[in-house]
Amino acid sequence: MVKETVIKTVNLNCRYGALQVLKDLNLEIHRNEIFGIIGPANSGKTTFLRALNRLNFLNASYSQDGEIFFADKNLKNICDNILRKRIGIIFALPQVLPVSIYNNIAYGPKVHGIAKKDAIEQIVEESLKKASLWDEVKDRLDSPAMKLSGGQQQRLCIARTLAVEPDVILYDEHCSGLDPISTAKIEDAMQQLKETYTQILVTNNTKQAARVSERCAFFLMGELIELDETAALFTEPKDKRTDDYITGRFG
Amino acid sequence: MHRRISEYIIESLIRLSGFLVIAFVFLIFLFLLRDSLSLFKEYKIGEFLFGRNWLPISEPPKFGIVPLFLGSIYVTAGAIVICVPVGIAAAMFIAEVAPTFLKNILKSLIEILAAIPSVVLGFIGIVWLSPYLKQTMGLSTGMCGLTGSLLLAFMALPTIISISEDALVGVPRAYKEAAFGLGATRWQALWRIVLPAASPGIIAGVMLGIGRVIGETMVVMMVTGNSPVVPTSILQPLRTLTATIAGEMGETVSGSEHYFALFAVGLVLFIITFIINFIADSCLRRARK
Repeated sequence: MVKETVIKTVNLNCRYGALQVLKDLNLEIHRNEIFGIIGPANSGKTTFLRALNRLNFLNASYSQDGEIFFADKNLKNICDNILRKRIGIIFALPQVLPVSIYNNIAYGPKVHGIAKKDAIEQIVEESLKKASLWDEVKDRLDSPAMKLSGGQQQRLCIARTLAVEPDVILYDEHCSGLDPISTAKIEDAMQQLKETYTQILVTNNTKQAARVSERCAFFLMGELIELDETAALFTEPKDKRTDDYITGRFG
Repeated sequence: MHRRISEYIIESLIRLSGFLVIAFVFLIFLFLLRDSLSLFKEYKIGEFLFGRNWLPISEPPKFGIVPLFLGSIYVTAGAIVICVPVGIAAAMFIAEVAPTFLKNILKSLIEILAAIPSVVLGFIGIVWLSPYLKQTMGLSTGMCGLTGSLLLAFMALPTIISISEDALVGVPRAYKEAAFGLGATRWQALWRIVLPAASPGIIAGVMLGIGRVIGETMVVMMVTGNSPVVPTSILQPLRTLTATIAGEMGETVSGSEHYFALFAVGLVLFIITFIINFIADSCLRRARK
C-alpha cells in the first residue's frame, strides 16, 4: 500500500543567528501515522516541530532555507494563521489560557470566524470527548482552566487544538511534566486520534516513542541519523549512535 | 558584638522611617479633619456638601462645593475619555508592535513627557491651546473645561502608558504562543488574550493616571477660567476643587469660616484621591497574583 505523504522537507536548514540547529534535513511524514522523533537535548527536535507551523519565526534571530511541503504545497505559500489552524501544536508545558475551560476551547473556533453559540458548544463537547476529558469536566465547564491538574490541562490543550480541526498535531515533549497515569491517559487519547489525524511526537522519553509511534526518527546535533519503523529502530538500529542512545549509553 | 549593635541601629532606623511615613499620613488626615470639623460647628454639613453656590465673600457666605466638585468631575472625565484610549493604544503599540529601536526612542520620549513641569503645560495652554480652541470651536472663551481636560490628559499619559506597557510585556509568552499555535492573527492574540491577561495592571495604570489628574492644580488653575458655577458643559469656564484651594488660600484670614471651608474642600479631595489609589492598589495586587 502506497502511503500518502503529508509533510515533506527538502534540504531544510534552520539557524538561530549563526548557530545551525538543523542540517540538511530530508524526511517525509505519512498521513495518519504517529511519527516519533527522539534524540538528546539540543538535537533540533523542537526546532523541527516548530518549523512545521512556522512558530520559529516568532524569534527574530531565526532563519531557515530549504523547503517544507504540506499536502504538496510549499509552506511559504500558505498564510501563517491558516497553516497553524491545520497544523496544531501541543507544548511541553500545558499552555492553558487564564480563562474558563469552555472559553479555552471556544477561543480557536471564534478566531476562525465561528460565531454561533450552539455550534461552538457542540465543538467544545466533541473536542473534549476526543481528548478523553469530557467526563471529568462536563459539570464545571465554567470554572477556571488553571485549576485543572497538569494532565487534565494537557488534555485540555489537545482538545483546544482539535477544536480548530487540524490535519496534523505536533506534540513537543507534551508528557514531560506528567505522572505515568496522566501520560497513559494521553497516550490512549493519541491512539484514538490516529484514525483522523497525522501526529508527530517529539519526546525525550525513548520508551514513550517505542510505545506510541509507528515510525521513528533519531536526531543528533541537528542531523537525522536514522529513520525506520519503530519496531525495527528499537530492536536492530543500523547506526551505532542510535544504539548507544536507545540503550541509554548517552543522552 | 560590634556587628550586632550596627545591625540593631540600622534595623531601628529603617523601622523608624517606616513608622514616620505612617504617622505623617495619619497626622495630615487628622489635621485636615480637625480644621474641617471646625467649619461644621457654624456651617451645616448638608449645605456644604449639597449647596450649589460657592460664594465665600458674600454676606452671608455660601460654601456649597457642588460647583467645584462637578468642575473637578467634568475636567477629570474629559481627560479620562481622551487619555485612556490613547494611552492604552500607545502601550499596545510599544509593547507588541513597534520595532526595538522605535520602542527605545518612544520609551525615553515618554519619560521626558513625564518630566515637563505642569506650569509649563499651563503656559502652553494659555498662549496656544485656549486661543486655538476658542477660534476653531467658536467659543466665547478658550479658558474652559476642555482646555484643562486636554492638558491633563497629556499629563496622565506617561503614567498610563508606562504602567500598561509593563503589564502587557509581563503577560507570559506562553499565552501568545498558544494563541498563535491555534492560528490566531497577531491582532486576535493581542485583543483577546494579551489584553485581558494584562487588564489588572492596565486598570491600575489608568487609576494612577486619574489620581494624578484629579489632584493636579497648576494647569487647571491657569486654563479653566476659574469660575465657580455649576457647569452644564465642558466647554464652559469652571473651577476645580484643587484650584479653589490654591487660588483662595492666600486671601483668607487664618481661623475664619472661609479658611476652614477650604480645609474641608481639601478633605474631600483627600478622600477622593485615597479611594482612587486604593482601587489602583488592589488592582495591582490582583495583577501580581
